[in-house]
Amino acid sequence: MTDFIPNFWQQIEEPQAWLIFLFPLGAFLVNSLIIRPFFNQYSKLSGWITVVSLTASFVLSVYAVGSVAANDGRSIGWASHEWVEVANFKMTVGIMMNSLTALMLLVVTGVSLLVQIYSMGYMKGDSGYSRYFAYMSLFTASMVGLVMSSNIVQLFVFWELVGLCSFLLIGFWFHKPSAAAAAKKAFLVTRVGDFGFLLGILYLFSQGDSFTANNLNPLEIRDIEKAIGLGTVISSSVAGWIALGFFLGAMGKSGQFPLHTWLPDAMEGPTPVSSLIHAATMVAAGVFLVARFFPLFEASPVALDTVAIIGGVTVVFAASMGLVMNDIKRVLAYSTVSQLGYMMLAIGVGAPGVAIFHLFTHAFFKCLLFQGAGSVSHAVGGTFDMRYMGGLRRVMPWTYATFLIGSLSLAGIFPLAGFWSKDEILASAQGQAGFIPQAVFGLALIAVTMTAFYMFRVLFMTFEGDYKGGADADPDVESHAPSNTPHESAWSMLGPMVILALLAIFAGFVANPIVNLGAIPEHWLVHDFLHESAAKFNLGIAAISTFAAILGILLAYLMYVSKTISAQTVVSSVRPIHTVLSRKYYFDELYEDLLTTRVFYRGLAGALDWFDRCVVDGLVRVIDNFGRNIGRLIGQAQTGQVQSYGAVLSGGVLVILGVLLFLK
Amino acid sequence: MTMHDIYLLSPELSLAGLATLVLLVDLIVKRKSYLFVLTIVGLAVPLGFTLALLGSLDGASMMENEGVLRDTLVVDKFGLFFKLLLISAVAIVSLLSIDYVKRFEQFQSEFLVLLMYSATGMMLMASTKELITIYIALELSALPVAALAAFMRDGRSAESGLKFLILSGISSALLLYGMVLVFGLTGSTQLDDIAERIATLAIYTDQPFGSYALLMGVVLMVAGFGFKITAFPFQMWAPDVYEGAPTPVTAFLSVASKAAGFAVILRVFYSAFGIEELSIEWSAIFAVLAALSMTIGNLVAIAQRSMKRLLAYSTIAHAGYIMVGLAAVSTRAGSGDSSLGISAVLFYLSGYAAMNLAVFSAVIAISNRINSDAISDFAGMARRAPYLSAVLAFGIVSLTGIPPTVGFIAKVYVFGAAVDAGLEWLVIIGVLNSVIAAYYYLRVIKLMYLSEPPSTDSIESGIPLRLAMLVTSAGVLLFGLYPTGLLNFVKSAAQALLSTS
Repeated sequence: MTDFIPNFWQQIEEPQAWLIFLFPLGAFLVNSLIIRPFFNQYSKLSGWITVVSLTASFVLSVYAVGSVAANDGRSIGWASHEWVEVANFKMTVGIMMNSLTALMLLVVTGVSLLVQIYSMGYMKGDSGYSRYFAYMSLFTASMVGLVMSSNIVQLFVFWELVGLCSFLLIGFWFHKPSAAAAAKKAFLVTRVGDFGFLLGILYLFSQGDSFTANNLNPLEIRDIEKAIGLGTVISSSVAGWIALGFFLGAMGKSGQFPLHTWLPDAMEGPTPVSSLIHAATMVAAGVFLVARFFPLFEASPVALDTVAIIGGVTVVFAASMGLVMNDIKRVLAYSTVSQLGYMMLAIGVGAPGVAIFHLFTHAFFKCLLFQGAGSVSHAVGGTFDMRYMGGLRRVMPWTYATFLIGSLSLAGIFPLAGFWSKDEILASAQGQAGFIPQAVFGLALIAVTMTAFYMFRVLFMTFEGDYKGGADADPDVESHAPSNTPHESAWSMLGPMVILALLAIFAGFVANPIVNLGAIPEHWLVHDFLHESAAKFNLGIAAISTFAAILGILLAYLMYVSKTISAQTVVSSVRPIHTVLSRKYYFDELYEDLLTTRVFYRGLAGALDWFDRCVVDGLVRVIDNFGRNIGRLIGQAQTGQVQSYGAVLSGGVLVILGVLLFLK
Repeated sequence: MTMHDIYLLSPELSLAGLATLVLLVDLIVKRKSYLFVLTIVGLAVPLGFTLALLGSLDGASMMENEGVLRDTLVVDKFGLFFKLLLISAVAIVSLLSIDYVKRFEQFQSEFLVLLMYSATGMMLMASTKELITIYIALELSALPVAALAAFMRDGRSAESGLKFLILSGISSALLLYGMVLVFGLTGSTQLDDIAERIATLAIYTDQPFGSYALLMGVVLMVAGFGFKITAFPFQMWAPDVYEGAPTPVTAFLSVASKAAGFAVILRVFYSAFGIEELSIEWSAIFAVLAALSMTIGNLVAIAQRSMKRLLAYSTIAHAGYIMVGLAAVSTRAGSGDSSLGISAVLFYLSGYAAMNLAVFSAVIAISNRINSDAISDFAGMARRAPYLSAVLAFGIVSLTGIPPTVGFIAKVYVFGAAVDAGLEWLVIIGVLNSVIAAYYYLRVIKLMYLSEPPSTDSIESGIPLRLAMLVTSAGVLLFGLYPTGLLNFVKSAAQALLSTS
């Protein structure tokens, strides 16, 4: 089956798997507890510590993938370790090493490693250099812990840690008010989803009795699959409610409509952070969560349809906003939301393996595009506004070439990685009977054109035409580097981009080829590794989607390069739509002005504030007074007189005796 | 007395020997700090013997003991667990004392020696099964403490020592009355004999504990032991004595003395009064006393202005939490694991030792320099002593019972045991009390981190104190994150108590 695994391959042992998590954690501890307080003048060290430890993690992750592959993609069964056991409550921690875990480990550690190398160039000279690498290591460690967890509570701890780290990193330049606000927004919006996740966990836990009756542990992820398999442990509707709770958590983390608003604002963090968040950590956690608990979703058609619909709506909704943004990172952010919609959609039509395949390829080209955006921004003095760029192709050939590859891959052009995974998603949706899969297939197809258009709009506005001054010309940039002419970035930044570009070309075809490649069998990743016998390659769909993508590229070319169609004319002819899109469908206004300010702040919060001040505070004051006074009163008995102490001692005995005699 | 008998008693003998050795070396050594080094290094001997005994147990429930100590000494995992705990507590308290005793011009070595004699008595308390020996061991542990409490020889300290002496005397008298009654009823001072005789006695169902004599005996013994563990209403001595005594002695009292008290209560009540009818009745007493101790301790703590008094009331509250485990006798609900309550008590005691000693180390380090115990003088301490404040805050977080500290796991365990024993009402009271406790605990943290410091002088601490803080806070974190090893140990210790009784 898997001829590319050599015969001498040894299966990975559990301690080695733990090391994948412990290396980045160790880097965090060293950076934050040793380097930053004591050796901050040598903060350069922290970058190296992080890169070295992540290299070790990455090597071990490759080992893990190989071991699971050698095991024909079946899970390596390590028993969980008992952590706390009190009577019937049993809390375990452990590693669940199956194909999904191994693949996620590979993506997380691999992408993170490349991002860290890139960061060493990008963050050079920043005063928070070692703080940055401490956070980044913790971020990676949390994500690794999240994908390895064998217990839901363990998973939830890492889930929250991932949220915390993204808060810290988005607000890395916390002295900027916009960064602090974006960090807060990211934390609060995802919190809404996390609440659903927590409710789901509690509901699952409340089903504990029927689990223990079958000798299963409701908090053990493996046991949930078994319980669904038994069919009698939890009913379809219970599974559905739990699944919906979990999905709410995933929507928050993966920025699905209508909890997407935090993701574009998350641009306030350093660019490498964006590339990590958008490719391998944070947003991937949501898709991973749904894929991990897919049996729960599968047990309830309603839950599955919800996932498909939310995914489908998000795909088009986010892509449409990407069409009009002028900030290069914002376009990429909406693109991420849209691509995550594709993944959710794939899970919703019953193809989680395909979704993970897309997550895998997307990680490479999206990370690459963000790094490219960072490289461009470095070159033009710090702005991300495309209206002040242009003509960079000649001065930044490497950045241009890699960015072009990333764009083609994202647009889904044959034979790049994005083509294969996107095609599988379209084929899976189209292959499913029923109104919802067909409808989301339609949405997904429309979004293909939009994706190609916005991506090449970015490419043309940035790299073609004449240079328009960069940060010096941008009135929104207050403080920027002393004006300089655009230049190509350092090799510490270009190196990772070149590697990612190669992956963006080959990862799709090599991992999941449509023909037998000899060592790698046909559809290896999805069929043999992730065990999903879903749709095959469909030539018709491939042709249609390629046509749609080329249409988008052509449109972008006509509007932004040859100027055959005037962008101005188009905009003015659809002025209202353009306004709605560039105002992001007024979602920020809806949330901030209407929901937050009016409903929550004035209405709900006002009521709660009243309740808090009068009832809760009143209660606290009463208790406080009561406690203080009672405390003082009893304290009065503490006269200091040894006689009275002796009397209380003996009196106590008499009272106990009296009560016992009285009760009997 | 054969070599085997000496081996069985070796931890106690070597600790008493070490104390005597320190006393003798004191005559010839000028620099008193050597004595502390000698003590801390020398503690390895009793520790080694304890571990050796643990090794020789080798799966058996107790050591073979057919010599002269047959009727008095029992060497089982339960007793050895307490010996390990007590030796560790002595080591930490010695570390805490090194800087502290410099304020006494003389008798620095006697301080250590008394500490070790008292600990010897406590170790004996944990491993004897005979009432008279229990009493002797108890007195051996209490008398040196009276001297230690009065060690500073100022008004407060002398008062503290004298109060402890008198009240300890009263409680001993109550205890002896109780023992006499039980002896009179059963004709034996052996715990297992007592259990056998009680089983054959006529039971009057209209009388508590089957007979008035046993009722009196048990209640008086509860009073006598309740004094040791500062259970309400036998806790009155604690705040005054804690406040007046040298702070390391306070730490020793709150950790070691309490652990020994619980050891002897568990041994006596499970061995002598372990049958179902009795255990239901005494567990009810402990349940009510637990609820009262928690509530009284926490409520009065709110009103305190002195750190040491605050910790005194907190210790009373924690005695209440531990007694929840004591009350969680499985026969109440008739199902589940019968050793759950015992192991919960043992786990809580070890966790409490770590967190309370961490808090005391930091408090000693700080108040040594600012010469004050007032809570208000801890304002802004985070800026003057960031590491000390961090240790103190961490210890307090653990006392409050917040993860990832051992205090959280300990509470979960004790409350879980109580739920299993059908004591839901007690758990509700316990959880409410944890909320009240958070109010005064977190106020200290708030004061340290958010208030303005009265001065900006930074506060340094010596190496012994730092070592003590490092060890204890590492314990708090380690047992909070990975309690499994300790849990397994206390479970087997609890099993040992059940099988030897």
